[in-house]
Amino acid sequence: MGDPVVELRSVHRAFKGVVALEDLSFAVQAGTVTVLLGPNGAGKTTAARVITGALRCDGGSVRTFGLDPAGPDGTDVRRRCGVVAAKPALYDRLSGRDNLVYAARLYRLGPRAPVEASAARFGIADALDLRVGGYSTGMKTRLALARAVLHDPELLLLDEPTSGLDPESSHAVLALIDDMAAGGKTVVMCTHLLLEAEGLADQVVMLEGGRNLLSGPPDDLVRRIWPEPTVVFDAEDRAALDGLAGLPGVTGYSRDGGAAVVTVEDLARVPDLVASLAAAGARLTKVAPHEPTLEELYFAVRNAGAAPSAPGAGSRFAGAAAAAAAAGMAASSEDEAAR
Amino acid sequence: MTALSPPRTRSLTWTIAGMDLRQLWQSPDFLVPMMVLAALFFVFLPAMLLLAITHVHSTSIVAKISSSLDLLPKNVQSQIAARAPHASPAVRTSYALAVYLFAPLAVIVPMTISTAVGANCLVGEREKGTGEFLAHSPATEREIYTGKLIASLLPGYLTTVVGFGLYSLVVDLIVGPQVGGWFFPTSNWWILMFWVVPPFLAITLSVVLRLSARVKSAAAAQQASGLVTLPLILVSYGVASGGLFGVGGTAIWVGLVAWGAAAYGLLRGAQAVKRARLLGVEGDLG
Repeated sequence: MGDPVVELRSVHRAFKGVVALEDLSFAVQAGTVTVLLGPNGAGKTTAARVITGALRCDGGSVRTFGLDPAGPDGTDVRRRCGVVAAKPALYDRLSGRDNLVYAARLYRLGPRAPVEASAARFGIADALDLRVGGYSTGMKTRLALARAVLHDPELLLLDEPTSGLDPESSHAVLALIDDMAAGGKTVVMCTHLLLEAEGLADQVVMLEGGRNLLSGPPDDLVRRIWPEPTVVFDAEDRAALDGLAGLPGVTGYSRDGGAAVVTVEDLARVPDLVASLAAAGARLTKVAPHEPTLEELYFAVRNAGAAPSAPGAGSRFAGAAAAAAAAGMAASSEDEAAR
Repeated sequence: MTALSPPRTRSLTWTIAGMDLRQLWQSPDFLVPMMVLAALFFVFLPAMLLLAITHVHSTSIVAKISSSLDLLPKNVQSQIAARAPHASPAVRTSYALAVYLFAPLAVIVPMTISTAVGANCLVGEREKGTGEFLAHSPATEREIYTGKLIASLLPGYLTTVVGFGLYSLVVDLIVGPQVGGWFFPTSNWWILMFWVVPPFLAITLSVVLRLSARVKSAAAAQQASGLVTLPLILVSYGVASGGLFGVGGTAIWVGLVAWGAAAYGLLRGAQAVKRARLLGVEGDLG
């Protein structure tokens, strides 16, 4: 593994005494997609800003491309980064073309800047000469994306890029991330939308209160939280499923009135479990290994005060409600601090 | 797409200034008032007043305005008398108005336009959210500041220079024939326009831009910038009262000091532009 493109070590950042990042450390390897996951106010945007040097950290160290982005090399760092902010941040009085030409000049692309090609890539070539003020939210985001990749950045940072977008525009964003990753670029995306990160992330960094709760490849994280495989059983008579709890090889069992979620020592045990249930007269309607989603992982980590529940168990929804409440509180505190 | 490796020597200052100027140019709500203000102060008001004095021949009006000439320093009064020794009181009055008492025009117009632009230029980026784009861009903080300064300075100053040309035409056409030919701009006005006004404008803008970088809204920046126009008002008073041009070389020295103060103010002002402020977060280090 080579030197990381981005490396944060024990980074601390506060706004008027309110902590936005606290002892935050993570690294991003070249050519990977890293998702910074967390509720509003978790510190995702602040983390993205310190990566480009738009914000200085007041403790710890940040290295982007091996350089200090807040130091004299910051200009070089920022020239190699493309950023899509949470709000498209466009000049509404001007046309889409004017916005792209301005970016081309700021990034010193010269007269051969691929303005048309970049707009065409995101399906806004026809609207290029219209005033941005008249664009829909989706078109604005597409233009912001076109602007962010105009200079062919090595590192793309996206802050809640699909927020408020229609499905088509959201798809364009996710397709861009796939394209960039396939082209060997490095992507860092901030989001609180778990489905968005699912299947996309090579690495997930879960943030809360500016801290790194957990980070790593999603599969590794799942194995770390739930080291044993999980299987979902359902039957016509669900009460018969309760017999699973005492069977050899079963290490965990839960059922909230619905299907049974069972953790087993080894998936090779499953045929024996099925045979035992059948022998006891249960008529099974479903036996399926369960792949925990990022959402389950997220709530399990956030509710880590209690022992992680089995993935797929109904109890996680109570955790989700608590997490959502906490997220709201965290968001207001960081926003207030920033102001 | 291919990676582009452009030259890195050219400053981004003019790119940033050009973008702001382009936005102004495409904003009728800014351009129209600017034109009206310039036309009013440089053409209509002087023309109406000078025509009234030189052509209406109302002795009472002339006498009232003439009495204000007594407030000018003696050497200025003698300059006026020397220019038109046999002229009527009306002609002398119109000459004095043209050369001395309308001088505040040269100050009010650039001050009003440039402070309006300058007050909005940094906080405006923040309010529109485009500050985030600039903060992540390769432009240095100094380039951003200088670009904003140029974009604030040019509209007001260029309007004033054009207005100054039109004002010269109005004055020479109305008063010139009665004082022996075209006489305006006088040497003092050249000094005022190109030596005294620019540094005072720069001083004012250095403060206005600092305010724009720090305040929370464009409205607050506009309010606060009103307070820092005092130096330019002092200049206009100095000209109108004859004090600035009454004693030989005063304007040159005042300009020299003002250029020094402007250089200091601009250097200090440059330190106010921080990326964190473009993002709208307070308390960035450094």
